[in-house]
Amino acid sequence: MLQIKKLHKSYPIGNSSLHVLKGIDLSVEEGEMVAIMGSSGSGKSTLLNIIGMLDEADSGEYILDGLLIKNLTEKKAAVYRNKFLGFIFQSFNLINYKNALENVALPLYYQGLKRKERQELAMFHLGKVGLTNWAHHLPKELSGGQKQRVAIARALAANPKLLLADEPTGALDTTTSNEIMAFIQQLNDEGKTILMVTHEEDIANMCKRIVRLRDGVIIEDKKVNQVRVEQYV
Amino acid sequence: MFRFLFDRDTWQEVFDSFNKNKLRSILTMVGVWWGILLLIGLLGSARGLENSFNRLFGNFATNSVFIWGQTTSKPFKGFQEGRQVRLSLTDAKKVEENVEGIEFLVPRNQNQATVIRNFLSGTAQISGDYPLLDKVQKKKLINGRFLNQADIDEKKKVAVISEDTYKQLFEKDVNPIGEYIQINDINFKVIGMYEVGAINIGSSTEINIPFTTFQQIYNQGDKIGYMMITGKPEYDISQIEQDAKLLLKNLNNIHPDDKRGLASRNLGTDFARVTGFLTGMQFLTWFVGVATLIAGVFAIGNILLITVRERTKEIGVRRALGATPFEIKRQIVVEAVFLTLVAGLFGIISGGWILIGLDSAFGQGDEAVIVNASVSIAVVFVALTLLVILGTLIGLIPAFKATSIKPIEALREE
Repeated sequence: MLQIKKLHKSYPIGNSSLHVLKGIDLSVEEGEMVAIMGSSGSGKSTLLNIIGMLDEADSGEYILDGLLIKNLTEKKAAVYRNKFLGFIFQSFNLINYKNALENVALPLYYQGLKRKERQELAMFHLGKVGLTNWAHHLPKELSGGQKQRVAIARALAANPKLLLADEPTGALDTTTSNEIMAFIQQLNDEGKTILMVTHEEDIANMCKRIVRLRDGVIIEDKKVNQVRVEQYV
Repeated sequence: MFRFLFDRDTWQEVFDSFNKNKLRSILTMVGVWWGILLLIGLLGSARGLENSFNRLFGNFATNSVFIWGQTTSKPFKGFQEGRQVRLSLTDAKKVEENVEGIEFLVPRNQNQATVIRNFLSGTAQISGDYPLLDKVQKKKLINGRFLNQADIDEKKKVAVISEDTYKQLFEKDVNPIGEYIQINDINFKVIGMYEVGAINIGSSTEINIPFTTFQQIYNQGDKIGYMMITGKPEYDISQIEQDAKLLLKNLNNIHPDDKRGLASRNLGTDFARVTGFLTGMQFLTWFVGVATLIAGVFAIGNILLITVRERTKEIGVRRALGATPFEIKRQIVVEAVFLTLVAGLFGIISGGWILIGLDSAFGQGDEAVIVNASVSIAVVFVALTLLVILGTLIGLIPAFKATSIKPIEALREE
């Protein structure tokens, strides 16, 4: 599904440069649920951004679903993002003047679907996260958990191959975090490949595999016994 | 390519972002609105003024010239300088026969006189005229008729008076026709009365009597006060003026280079000066209007730039969700064009209202200062096209700004 070889990335800071990723090798199979862990500055977000085609590596190879991702034009990157990837952000990043349904329908709009199809599909995905009754509410009228559920529905709407989550529970309390994680686990059960950045140990343990980063290198990569959220509830 | 313009979502996006910044968007649109308003209002008023000038001059043949004799400033053929030149009917006849392009030539004699009727009296300008005068200086008769050939032939003691003269000599509501007035102790029968236009050469208290009668009572012989020449439409009145003056100088023994012996006034050049002024005013109007418009459009560009800055994160999210840079740019340009166009349309409509207001305030009646103040459809189209072009150009700036930031940086924005 995803192969990364000898990935390097550095950011210029003034005259010197900061070497953030120092040769990452990572391979993710379809259906995996991977947590990328590490303290701040370990390069975990940068790695996720490169995987998400929001950023580009300086050197190394990145193959997504058999496709070499390199030297993409903005336009091509946009198309790939739309087709392959679903994003879930820590701060939800819903568009605040659009209601839940419209937010979910947005990636479908950029796919060029007809209005009616979009609405139906968006409604279906909202239903999956249990927010059918909230479809016409604006983000400000929703709770944090509900917002993240809308964001998940939006990430799913375009039927992506890979779901990328950047601290999806970072802005939520424990109960809501578990609720969201339950959804994500359920998605994984249905076969979605999920890559998640987190620094919370218990959230990471809800995944099937933990990759630890420190100072731009992978220090540990292990399969774990997934903690099912239901056990908490 | 333009299918997105008929897409409901495109407009949904435009309205959403408009609603989000309602006050600011409206304030920005005021700039464009004001520019178009000025353009339409001023152009319409200029047109109205032009129409009114045209109408005022309409009673006059604008391609006409007056020529009269003065004192010479150069000795010539044995004559000393300082000689008083007076043109004659013979001169007039010769000019009419020899100068090319003359449509009418009207000799006139004029004099000031005291006029008395019963216990009322006044001073008026007495003109000895041919019926032809009515052709070059249309008299708007309120009552009766103008002079005719029989009056000339029989040297009748009849008078056509102007409305202002009537006011001096008659009580209100008295019908002047058939009444007698005394000019230099001679009784004249009033046969007509006319209105005085807003543009009038000479006095407004005028009395026109037959040329021949004038000749006799003032003992003028062959002499005339001045001649009024109108040119045929296809001829240049300035050329006719030159030709006639040269001939008259020759006939009256005036040095060809004498600048003071003969005087003339060319209504054509006067008229050209006024129309030139109006053309200048139109040019100024376009300049001011378009400059204001550009300022307004820049304001819109500016506001969009700020909006784009504020929406950086949103744009980042959209791009993460798969919006191509082109789609983002297109949306912003559509917003810019939409704002300019809506503001422009409001400007055109309110400009139209102003013109309607002007018309009802100043455009009614015969003496209207502004006649039919309006702009042509062509001008409206030019203005609209200008708006679309300017809107597109100005929209490109924030559009490129919006996509120049990498989505990753845009997302990081808080």
